[in-house]
Amino acid sequence: MKVSDLLAHGFEAVSLPDGEREIDGVYIGDLLSWVMGRAQMDNAWITIMTNVNVIAVASLADTSCVILAEGVEMPADLVETAQQKEVNILVSSQPIYETAVQLAGLLS
Amino acid sequence: MSEPLIFHFDVDGENFTSAGQASTQVKRNLRQLGLSPDIIRRVSIAMYEGEINMVIHANGGTADVIVTEQYIEIILADKGPGIPNVEQAMQEGFSTATDSIRSLGFGAGMGLPNMKRYTDTLEIDTMVGVGTTITMYVYL
Repeated sequence: MKVSDLLAHGFEAVSLPDGEREIDGVYIGDLLSWVMGRAQMDNAWITIMTNVNVIAVASLADTSCVILAEGVEMPADLVETAQQKEVNILVSSQPIYETAVQLAGLLS
Repeated sequence: MSEPLIFHFDVDGENFTSAGQASTQVKRNLRQLGLSPDIIRRVSIAMYEGEINMVIHANGGTADVIVTEQYIEIILADKGPGIPNVEQAMQEGFSTATDSIRSLGFGAGMGLPNMKRYTDTLEIDTMVGVGTTITMYVYL
């Protein structure tokens, strides 16, 4: 499934420089080093963190996209940073668990 | 590529906004060299963890990355407080980071373990009150 395919399922795009990227699996976490240690390349990463380091981690750990759950908002200046660093960011209005369950259904 | 390529960076202390600039630039450079995504990812993460550690604990430092045909060497040097107990610092979950650092999503005690996880060798040369130099190799 491509990252851009999520837009048809209630996810909202915040930064989508590479919507064609394929999602392979999901990782959930807010502790950044934990995410870097455990997330796999091409995972969709669900978090509620919205600071600039999230963008760096997503870029370096090479996740396919960041999904901000609970409808949390990314500050505007960080959206620009995400686009510059070619990091896909989407928002789900649902809580983390429901977001994960929805992704599980879409990816299976 | 016959001559080693050397990239040098100064890492700002106390600046979480710019933390990651060196590793992001290295990622870009390695991508231009045509290295595999897996190698790039391992080097980038190990280096980013080192950068963050220098920002959190050591008021910055320097990062040098040497790329040869056989390996990538990453040398992170700081004049911070040093690590009193390296064995303890290498344990997953051990952290001396403050609550304000934790609120940014760091301080999970995974920095050094991740550096070890993603590199082939990791050497820590540290002296309390003098500083720390970490040398990592990723073989190609």
